[in-house]
Amino acid sequence: MQTTKVRIKVADYDSLPERAGQAVTINGQTIVLFRISTGDVKAVENRSPHRKGGTLADALVSGNFIYCPVYDLKISLEDGKVQAPDTGEVKTYQVEVFGNEVHITI
Amino acid sequence: MKKKLVMIGNGMAGVRTIEELLKLQPDGFEITIFGNEPHPNYNRIMLSTVLQGDKSIEDIIMNDWDWYKSNDIQLFAGEEVVEIDKEKKQVISEQGRKVDYDELIIATGSSSFILPVPGSDKKGVVGFRDIHDCEMMIKDSRQYKKAAVIGGGLLGLEAARGLLNLGMEVDVVHLMPHLMERQLDGTASGMLKKELENQGMNFLLEKQTAEILGDERVTGLRFTDGTEIRADLVVMAVGIRPNVQLAKDSGIYVNRGIVVNDYMETDVQNIYAVGECAEHREIVYGLVAPLYEQGKVLAANLAGIPTNPYEGTICGTQLKVSGCDLFSAGEIGDDEGTKSIKVHNEFDGIYKKIVIRDNRIAGIVLYGDTKDSNRLFRMLTKREDISGMTSVSILEASGCCGGGEAGDVAAMADDELVCGCNGVTKGTIVEAIRTNELTTVDEVGGCTNAGRSCGRCKSLISDILAYTLGDQYDTTAKKAGICGCTTLSKDEVVAEIREKGLTNVREVMNVLGWSQEEGCSKCRPAINYYLGMVHYDGYKDERDSRLVNEKMHANIQKDGTYSVVPRMYGGVTTAADLKKIAEVAEKYDVPLVKLTGGQRIGLFGVNKEDLPAMWEDLGMPSGYAYGKTLRTVKTCVGEKFCRFGTQDSMGLGIELEKKFERLDTPHKVKMGVSACPRNCAESGIKDIGFVGVDGGWEIYIGGNGGTDLRAADLLDTVKTKEEALEITGAYLQYYRETAAYLERTAPWLERMGLDHVKEVLADENMRKQLNERLDKTLERYNEPWNEAISDRAIKEKYYQVRSVSVE
Repeated sequence: MQTTKVRIKVADYDSLPERAGQAVTINGQTIVLFRISTGDVKAVENRSPHRKGGTLADALVSGNFIYCPVYDLKISLEDGKVQAPDTGEVKTYQVEVFGNEVHITI
Repeated sequence: MKKKLVMIGNGMAGVRTIEELLKLQPDGFEITIFGNEPHPNYNRIMLSTVLQGDKSIEDIIMNDWDWYKSNDIQLFAGEEVVEIDKEKKQVISEQGRKVDYDELIIATGSSSFILPVPGSDKKGVVGFRDIHDCEMMIKDSRQYKKAAVIGGGLLGLEAARGLLNLGMEVDVVHLMPHLMERQLDGTASGMLKKELENQGMNFLLEKQTAEILGDERVTGLRFTDGTEIRADLVVMAVGIRPNVQLAKDSGIYVNRGIVVNDYMETDVQNIYAVGECAEHREIVYGLVAPLYEQGKVLAANLAGIPTNPYEGTICGTQLKVSGCDLFSAGEIGDDEGTKSIKVHNEFDGIYKKIVIRDNRIAGIVLYGDTKDSNRLFRMLTKREDISGMTSVSILEASGCCGGGEAGDVAAMADDELVCGCNGVTKGTIVEAIRTNELTTVDEVGGCTNAGRSCGRCKSLISDILAYTLGDQYDTTAKKAGICGCTTLSKDEVVAEIREKGLTNVREVMNVLGWSQEEGCSKCRPAINYYLGMVHYDGYKDERDSRLVNEKMHANIQKDGTYSVVPRMYGGVTTAADLKKIAEVAEKYDVPLVKLTGGQRIGLFGVNKEDLPAMWEDLGMPSGYAYGKTLRTVKTCVGEKFCRFGTQDSMGLGIELEKKFERLDTPHKVKMGVSACPRNCAESGIKDIGFVGVDGGWEIYIGGNGGTDLRAADLLDTVKTKEEALEITGAYLQYYRETAAYLERTAPWLERMGLDHVKEVLADENMRKQLNERLDKTLERYNEPWNEAISDRAIKEKYYQVRSVSVE
């Protein structure tokens, strides 16, 4: 069980594709980084909150939302909440950008 | 000792009687059957499908030789009985064979009525009644080109369709002003005529044949008005005549048929009649259902088991011609004692008429949509009192997708499922409509998820809205945009793109005032498609706006892995390619190798990051098994190897697939090419399907084997492969330009109307222009797997998964 949070460098900012996801595996766990139109980077767990599962790496990105590629759930990158009428929540991570370095806290 | 039972006739009604009897009393009789035809009992009704090429003669045999043997039935096939000796209780055959009977069944059926006009004995004049007639027509069609069918009833039209399938030109001659006047009223008959004309039949109505022309063989017909037509084959389908001569000669009472009572007994003791030769309460039946009922009563009578008398049957009829969906039963016409309910939807080609007498349904005519036929026919035969029902609940014209009907909604229980995909009940929907004040189908979907998967239940949801809201529900009230981001319809979006010269997805959304700035998963792929369709000579595709599978050029699976399906043109592969696929499957430890529904090989469960390397190892183009594009062209083996094949189906299939692969279409497009009307490639349920006939190809469009099963409509018959490709190109482009994104060809065709599409595609200049735009569009595509292998940026952006390790 991990109790202490760790901040790690996960990518170079300029290598992240715009308006698309980039999957990063950290010790076996996959997190997806989304560089959205505003330039901000968001990070979510690569697992759709849909009851049948699925991944989010190849989601369609629209502003601050992504659309789950398998079940078309609309998910907020801000808080991980699935938008109505569907329900659910995906785990989000705190992202910080220092110069060209993208760090997340897990 | 067993009683001796002899049956004269070896057809459907007679043999069914014997089957029933064997069930009731397996060892009661020593049975002998004489049959005129040198065949065991076969399904006469299916002769038209044999003629139309859908079935072979073997397919329609109902009781094979072994059946007679294993039931100890002595069968004399091809041997005619010429005499019945009532005194000696004996029948005598043409070969002098004498067989004694205790009980005798006459089941001699009927023959085609051959018009007593000069020349009717000429070669090339046939009825349409038995296997021999059928074989003769098939044989003649290889040698002759022009056929005339006399008789525009059920049988005549089925024969005519068969002859068209055999590659003949067909004139249908009919005495009356309307086709099938005994089953259809003028309106339905007119609709049928139009459809059949579209299929290639030519009608000569109100024409009476005066003479059949020719020397030894027929060369034409002359009518009473003096006009003539050319014909190398004449099919008489003016009616049937019960075969009663033998009974008459034997002194059995005969009127039009052999007269029987309610237990199928003739006026001579121990002699019975059943089937088309029998006349019961002044009716001679020519359809199978009543004949089977008669057989049942007769079998019980013979077995000495108490039975209800046979009291006659009301018959429903259907026409076995593709594209002509019709049903008819009971009284067709109106008189002073009847009132009728009619629905005529000219736009969709649907016509329904219910004739009501004394508050009960007395007659039914359905054309274009026969899904209510069972229900209505049941009401008719049960003589249900309908005075408490509204006309809408009896006859509902909506429910285009087989969904429910407003009349049924009230009767639905609250816990009845409306949306099977999402498990939403009627009660949930009604509750949601009331508490959230919902007014549209989309809102109901947004609130409850109903109708958001396959969409099949949307019309039922609409009915529930109508039922719940009453007058407040107006189906046209709220204009639905292409998605929640806009109120603009597809046509408006496309018009704006053209008028304002918009060239990229973002621009469209900005200029047209999208509520969600970057759009959603519905409008982004749609706009990207429309832009590509409008700017066919140079649109830069926006990959990130595509649906995930198209973006990745692989099908995403539910666990986030992908599938790889290499192109295999026309479903034809080689040993070398199979080896390569096998090696790749082993190398990448592919969990599942499976043949797909479209005759391709799929490798399933591949990790995203392995995709480019696998593609490189395969060295084959993408099969686009994931795209809104041409999926596969399914083919049969065809004339190269198959003994039935009349055309090179693989050749055409491969050429179609090579020409149209990668083309973006509003939805997926599937094709099928069969080399003969047996149609092994299932061309009748494809977006476009080809059926090889002698001397050409039939082209069928708008078929669908999916959620809403729809048989394709015949578009045209062409002679050459080049014509087939040209029509296909024009058809695809017209579909591309007029369909909404994600609208399959089946609903599109229903919406546009077959006649309209036919008209457009019949215009040579139009076809040329459509093909020019299509060809220009096709120039734009690159092979996507190859592109991914050779372009590092694409590889990194779409297929790489980074790994970071933490100490």
